[in-house]
Amino acid sequence: MSIAIYIGVMALVTYLVRVIPFTVFRKKIRSRFLKSFLYYIPYAILSAMTIPAIFYSTGNIITAAVGTVIAVVLAYLDLPLIIVALAASAGALITDLII
Amino acid sequence: MKTDFFRGLRHGIPIALGYISVSFGFGIMAVRAGLSPLAAVMISVTNLTSAGQAAGVSVIAAGGTLIEMAATQFVINIRYSLMGFSLSQKLDHKFNTPHRMAAAFGITDEIFAVASAQPHELSPSYMYGLIFAGFSGWSLGTLFGALAGQVLPQMLTDAMGLVLYGMFLAIIIPPAKKKKSVLTVILIAAGLSVLFKYALTFVSGGFAVIISGIIASAVAAVLFPVKDGEV
Repeated sequence: MSIAIYIGVMALVTYLVRVIPFTVFRKKIRSRFLKSFLYYIPYAILSAMTIPAIFYSTGNIITAAVGTVIAVVLAYLDLPLIIVALAASAGALITDLII
Repeated sequence: MKTDFFRGLRHGIPIALGYISVSFGFGIMAVRAGLSPLAAVMISVTNLTSAGQAAGVSVIAAGGTLIEMAATQFVINIRYSLMGFSLSQKLDHKFNTPHRMAAAFGITDEIFAVASAQPHELSPSYMYGLIFAGFSGWSLGTLFGALAGQVLPQMLTDAMGLVLYGMFLAIIIPPAKKKKSVLTVILIAAGLSVLFKYALTFVSGGFAVIISGIIASAVAAVLFPVKDGEV
C-alpha cells in the first residue's frame, strides 16, 4: 500500500480528534468514569507501547536492557525527559562497544 | 496582536528545543523502520504527535491495515480531545471557528501544558506563536534525525533507537512513584502488552497497544476514579 495513504489516514484521524472537541462541542464531560478513563489513557498507552518494544529497539536485547535499566533509574530520580532519553541511548552505545 | 505572537513564540522556545531532540529520535526510528526521510518529515509535518507517530510507523513497517492505523491513532491521540475541551473554555473573543480549526492542529501535551498555565485568556496570535515554535522544532528535528539515520554509523543509530522509549519511561515513571493508581495502570498495560506479544500473537501490534491501554485505563477508572480538579 502507498505510504502516502497511510500518512493521510494518520493525519486525518489525528486532526479530527483534535478539532472536533476544540471547535464543535462546548460542554464539559460529566461522567466520572469517562474523566478517569481519559486521565489514565496516556499512561496506559505509553506503557503498552514501551513494554516490551523497548527491548527490541536497538537490535540487541542486551544493549537495550542496559539502556532500559538506566532510563528507569534516572526517571525514578525525576531527571528531565531529555537527560533520561539520551542517557539510556548512551548506555546502550557503551554496552555495545564493550560486548 | 504582533506582540502576542512573539510572546507565544518565546514561550514555545523550551518546547521547540525539547522537540528537536525527541523528533531527532523519531527521525532515526522511522528510517530504521524502512521509511524515507521525506516520509518521516511528512509524518511529523502533518501529525505533530510523538506516541501517535511512533505507533503509526510500527503499523506501516508491519504492513498493517488502514483500519488498524485509524484505530491506533484514534486511541493514542484521544487525550487531545480532552485537552481541546479544556482549552476551548479559555479562548478569547477573537477565536472564531476558522481560528479554532487552525489552532486545533497544534494541540500537543506540551503546548496544552503551557497554554493552560497562562493566567489570562488565549488569543489566536498567542496560540499561533506557541504552535509555530513547537512545529518548527518538531519538523526540523525529524529531518535532522532522518538524514543522520542514513549517514551515522549503525552502532550509533542502533543506540538512538532507545531515545523515544526512554522519553516515554521518563513521562510515566515519576507520576507512578507518587500515585498508586498510575502505577497500577502502567503495570496492567505492560503486562497485557507482554501477553499479546508472546502468547496472543494473532493480534497485531497496533491493536495490542490499543486493547492493553483501554483495559488498563478502564480497570483503573473503576478502582481509582479521579476526584474533581485532579485532571
